Amino acid sequence: MAKYIYPKIPPSAIEAAPIELAPQSRSRREALAALAAGAGAACLAPHSIAQPTSLRAPSSTSSPTPPRFRRNTAMSVSEAPNSWEEITTYNNFYEFGLDKGDPSERSGSFKPTPWSVEIAGEAAKPGRYTLEDILRPHALEERIYRFRCVEAWSRVVPWLGIPLRDVLARFEPNSRAKYVEFTTLLDPKQFPGQRSRVIDWPYVEGLRIDEAMHPLTLLTVGLHGRWLPNQSGAPLRLIVPWKYGFKSIKSIVKIRFTERQPATSWNKAAPDEYGFFANVNPAVDHPRWSQAKERRLGGGLFGARVDTLPFNGYANEVASLYRGLDLRRFY
Amino acid sequence: MTAAVDPRRARRRSEQLALLTALLPLVWMASAVLEIFGQSLGPNPSRELLHSSGKTALNALLITLTLRPLQQLTGRIEFLWLRRMAGLTSFSYATLHLLVYAVLELGLDWSDLGNEIAQRPFIIVGLIALIGMIPMAATSTDRAMRRLGRRWRQWHYAIYPVAILAVWHYYWQVKLDVTEPLIYAGILALLFGYRLYR
Repeated sequence: MAKYIYPKIPPSAIEAAPIELAPQSRSRREALAALAAGAGAACLAPHSIAQPTSLRAPSSTSSPTPPRFRRNTAMSVSEAPNSWEEITTYNNFYEFGLDKGDPSERSGSFKPTPWSVEIAGEAAKPGRYTLEDILRPHALEERIYRFRCVEAWSRVVPWLGIPLRDVLARFEPNSRAKYVEFTTLLDPKQFPGQRSRVIDWPYVEGLRIDEAMHPLTLLTVGLHGRWLPNQSGAPLRLIVPWKYGFKSIKSIVKIRFTERQPATSWNKAAPDEYGFFANVNPAVDHPRWSQAKERRLGGGLFGARVDTLPFNGYANEVASLYRGLDLRRFY
Repeated sequence: MTAAVDPRRARRRSEQLALLTALLPLVWMASAVLEIFGQSLGPNPSRELLHSSGKTALNALLITLTLRPLQQLTGRIEFLWLRRMAGLTSFSYATLHLLVYAVLELGLDWSDLGNEIAQRPFIIVGLIALIGMIPMAATSTDRAMRRLGRRWRQWHYAIYPVAILAVWHYYWQVKLDVTEPLIYAGILALLFGYRLYR
């Protein structure tokens, strides 16, 4: 492997915000709304967008108080986003079942509130934090990103979230923190798909620390101006837009800073098909299908396939992270 | 006075009934394409059509292979009357499956075909299975049966390798959970075992 020097987190990026515990009795909905409102007030152009009205009944995570956020157009693509329906009825979320429709059909009773996240490993401030604690100091941004699944379909999604780096910095990772490992909730009662062992549950994903600290990497809580619906990974998920979708882990309950590369779920299940890096790369095919093109969802029955772009179109921003790395070997 | 039903008429009746049944998946697909009767193919319609046509072809193929054992176990000749319709149903949906792949998935972009096939060897397996069905479909008339005589039966033994290839094609393209292809393989093994040990 090419020798890679991991960038140290600049001290300026580390925020010394004291992390307080929110009263557990408060519902996530109220707390989220309150903190989002507060965060919104602190930024330049807060607004919320009109709620789509003709859609299916909102899930339990849809708050009557919509999240407040500002649009980050500088970090958004100009392509038109897919509809709420196209984003929330066709999902790979094996915890709810293997079919694309299972997540939207079987996630109704999932409880994303109350929610807490365990922070562990190589950091000065490990511990268990409520979701409210994690989100409170930050302003929500809307970023329209391309999303490319390893199955050669794609869509464009307006996510709501916070740069992951801003959150991670508060836990003060130390110099041994070379990777970040994320874990999804393990609860076969809520996740019927976890009763069959197609994957070694719980789902685990990981990033190199420089990938985790990249400004594009988004800790995500909403889409289309609403809180995340259960089938999209409520209440907290990762979005890494230059990697195949399976890296963008959902319903996160644990974040661990590690010195060694984490063992990730798909890589464990089929190492020759799914690498740790999983950067979108039209030149490196999946062993069983080509990655050169993708089907953009929403194009209808005769919608044309479009060319897949290196790093999903984010090469200018992220290619330098992999300088000297053989992307054919480290797929 | 005899109450016996004209067997030729009875056979025609059951074939008509089988044809109506065989059309049901097509009706479902059409209603989903047109988004009527509350049906929809979702955001990736071509993939959905690809899967449903392939699955229907495979189901019909296994049903075709089940009819002979059913006749032997129950003694009812009617099961054999349905074999032609079941086999033709499988062939028709397999053809539709290929058309959906070529027209909707590839968009008739043949420049991609070489690359696609090289990357997806299971496509070749499926294609061979479909080609193997052509002689059987082409000789599924009474006239062809008379003309070919004993050879007709030999030609139609092709259904066994075709069935193996079809299940293999299904097994190979699955992303992770091979439960369902293995169930198909199990049913196939059962049908083969019955024929071998009977």
